[in-house]
Amino acid sequence: MAVAVPGAATPKKQKGRPGSGIPARLSIRILVWVRRVSQAGFLGLFLYFLFQTGFRGSFASAETAVRLPLPVEGFLLADPFVAAMTLLSTHTIYRGLVWSIGLLALTLVVGRVFCGWICPFGTLHHFFGWIFPSRYLRGNKRVESNKTAPGRQRVKYYLLYAFLAASLMGSVIGGLFDPICVAVRAIGLAVIPAVQYVTGVASTLSGATGMRPVQGAADSAQDFLAQTVWQSKQFYFHHTWFIGILFVAILFMNRIIPRFWCRVLCPLGAFLGVFARFALFGMEKDHAKCTDCNLCLVNCQGADSPQGGVKWRQDECHMCMNCENACPEDVIKFKFLPNRKSALTVPDTGRRTAIATAAAGAVMIPAARIADVIDANYDHKVIRPPGSVEEREFLERCIRCAECMKVCPNNALHPAFFEAGIEGIWTPILIPRIGYCEHSCVLCGQVCPTGAIQKITEEQKMGIGQKPVSIGTAFYDQGRCLPWGMATPCIVCEEFCPTSPKAIWVEEVDIPKRLPIAGDNGKEPEMTTVHVQRPHVDPSLCIGCGACEKVCPVQDKPAVYVTNVGESRSKTNVILLEDTNYNRPG
Amino acid sequence: MRDLSRRELLQRVGAAGIVLGGAAAVARLRYDPGLVSAAASKERPQTRDYRLREAPAELAQLAVAKNDPEPEALVRKAVEALGGMKRFISRGDIVVVKPNIGWDRTPIQAANTNPRVVAEVVKLAFDAGAKRVVVTDASCNEPGRCFQRSGIWKATYDVGAEVVLPAAHRFRGMRLKGEVLDEWPVYTPLINADKVINVPVAKHHNLSRYTAAMKNWYGSLGGRRNRLHQNIDVSIADLATFMQPTLTIVDGFRVLMRNGPQGGNVADAKEMRTVIASVDQVAADAYGCQLIGRTAEEIPYIRMAHERGLGTMQWKDLRWVEV
Repeated sequence: MAVAVPGAATPKKQKGRPGSGIPARLSIRILVWVRRVSQAGFLGLFLYFLFQTGFRGSFASAETAVRLPLPVEGFLLADPFVAAMTLLSTHTIYRGLVWSIGLLALTLVVGRVFCGWICPFGTLHHFFGWIFPSRYLRGNKRVESNKTAPGRQRVKYYLLYAFLAASLMGSVIGGLFDPICVAVRAIGLAVIPAVQYVTGVASTLSGATGMRPVQGAADSAQDFLAQTVWQSKQFYFHHTWFIGILFVAILFMNRIIPRFWCRVLCPLGAFLGVFARFALFGMEKDHAKCTDCNLCLVNCQGADSPQGGVKWRQDECHMCMNCENACPEDVIKFKFLPNRKSALTVPDTGRRTAIATAAAGAVMIPAARIADVIDANYDHKVIRPPGSVEEREFLERCIRCAECMKVCPNNALHPAFFEAGIEGIWTPILIPRIGYCEHSCVLCGQVCPTGAIQKITEEQKMGIGQKPVSIGTAFYDQGRCLPWGMATPCIVCEEFCPTSPKAIWVEEVDIPKRLPIAGDNGKEPEMTTVHVQRPHVDPSLCIGCGACEKVCPVQDKPAVYVTNVGESRSKTNVILLEDTNYNRPG
Repeated sequence: MRDLSRRELLQRVGAAGIVLGGAAAVARLRYDPGLVSAAASKERPQTRDYRLREAPAELAQLAVAKNDPEPEALVRKAVEALGGMKRFISRGDIVVVKPNIGWDRTPIQAANTNPRVVAEVVKLAFDAGAKRVVVTDASCNEPGRCFQRSGIWKATYDVGAEVVLPAAHRFRGMRLKGEVLDEWPVYTPLINADKVINVPVAKHHNLSRYTAAMKNWYGSLGGRRNRLHQNIDVSIADLATFMQPTLTIVDGFRVLMRNGPQGGNVADAKEMRTVIASVDQVAADAYGCQLIGRTAEEIPYIRMAHERGLGTMQWKDLRWVEV
């Protein structure tokens, strides 16, 4: 090993660098660091947006409309896979999704730079692959794991074709696999609530110590976190264990195949890979100079064959520049308008399989809908957020990104499991027993990137000068209701009913009640008369917000509950004749 | 097989003995005979009595300010008539101001305390020498929205108050030992104070007819307080037994006449330009219910509080003034 002599004219040879040991170009060494900063920055921005996807109150005046100040759904708006799916399903590009053209343009210039430099989910995998590598994934095994594996790396293209075909058939179910959607869903609905729960336990324990400084510190920490990371109360999400387990499993896969998600499953990566062929920037290789040291492969993120002797796979490359940075010879060169002698630009998917998977994606949607989910036996639990479009159009738009569930201040919106059928998995449903729809709140529509929930105003939602938005109707279970079934005063439901006039009205009655004490000499217990207010629902006024169900004191199964019938987005799922008037505006 | 040395034998037997002894010790210390109800608590009922001890005979106990278009002026006049805020607040006090911030409603709907009334109370408390003034409530609707849309967050923050929003860690289980309220999570900002000023809003309530001062202590509880409605009058009396504020200032500037406690229709509220200040929360409610055309006899919880000796429903027996 050469020892660097100070002041020597010969280039300093780096420690452990085999071959001729020529260091990478300065520009590349700088670019690699710029990339790392960019990855950290975008991951930080993503998490910041996610933490800000919620309303924590503000010093604004009473009349100021409650809106989020930041475009917290920005990463989704820039997502061309989401834009392409919704374009195919609705034949339109919804509002902010035009930003995705910017990302497409970036790809056309520099390839899949998004995957290696921007994508927060990709950065997570990059990070986990680096910090938790398996001990079986060192040296030669690592080199092997980073060689292109066409069999599995094709999978993402097939998923992409299937999802695009499904979109054409009216369902953007591909959102299940969109990396931004996965990241928002998993971190927002599983990781953050779980961490909050753990800190809550820690806070309780510190309170039990009875030591003032410890309690004070714990309270201050809770205050700080409630104002920056989560909300002031613990959120719970329907079946979120499944979302959490999948997330952990995907992260774990990095121990076996680095960036497994990005290489094998990511349909957004595949989408960008299809367009990477047009990129003006790319790699040139001088195979003759390669000494097969495999340093490029040790550091390769995309498994895109950077090594000598094989052609570079442009559609797989994340543009991380690690290969050129690592190359001790002068083999790899990234440059504008490279020659393509040593590059494959097009995904090597078999045409038959591609057609077959696309066809499978297309028939999947009608196949799912012959089950009793939409046309027949529509589940009464599928209460969609206020401002949602009609169910079929909803499925054409909802990418299951979970932004609405994250932003909902009352923890009312939840990822459906199989309530809305297999096609509707992780679409938002309202579970009033956990949280009700806050009367003046329209935040779910504000953050919805695709218009599944429209951006309605408070006036539209509450029905100021128009008919309010209804998401369902409340019903009483009179056997469980205290005034109805147990001769006991209550009407918390009426108190919380937010409409004016109230959809819940009470009937004042004096009714007999048996005293719970045995009468004298073994006689029947005595009777008394009590005055109670018995609640009733006016279905023409009920908006289905679920406040009554949330606050009903009958703890396990509430005496008043909301189902989706009467939702104003549907012309068929109605009770009252007046709501079937097709000539009525709105 | 190798013979066991004496040393090794002792070590092994000793180790096993220590484990067995440890297990026996844990069992001895933490033995639970089961099925035995917790011994009847000898704790006395928890109360928080922030009332002043002395009541100089020349000062009014109930003051009603009326007919001023400025809510701030009404507050100032009413408090002045009781002897001024300096009588209640000492220099360096930590003062908790408890308005009603229960609902996601704007000030014009009169479901929450008027923000201008609350801000004026905060200002008077600071002028009287308070070190810190905390404004807080445990809301019914989503708190962030209630605090903002009630206008109270901005109005009181602008005059220097600390606005504290409810959060899970701010509730602590306490045995109130009331008639129906036994163990409940209590909102800690309200029980860790030098002085507490109750600033409720007077309004109609569909179950208890009229609510203001005593009912405002619902906002000192967490947990499943929706259960209290089954016996709302005794619950309110229990809460009033637990919490006795230094001063009660009832906002009757705009009064919700119907569809309480939440309202929602501006037409349900009526501008009455009244502020009631009193050292007696029962008298404040007994006077206040007249605003919506009720008498104290019609409202059971006022009578119960009177019978418990928490105050008097015969407000005319107090030294009272109208200003």
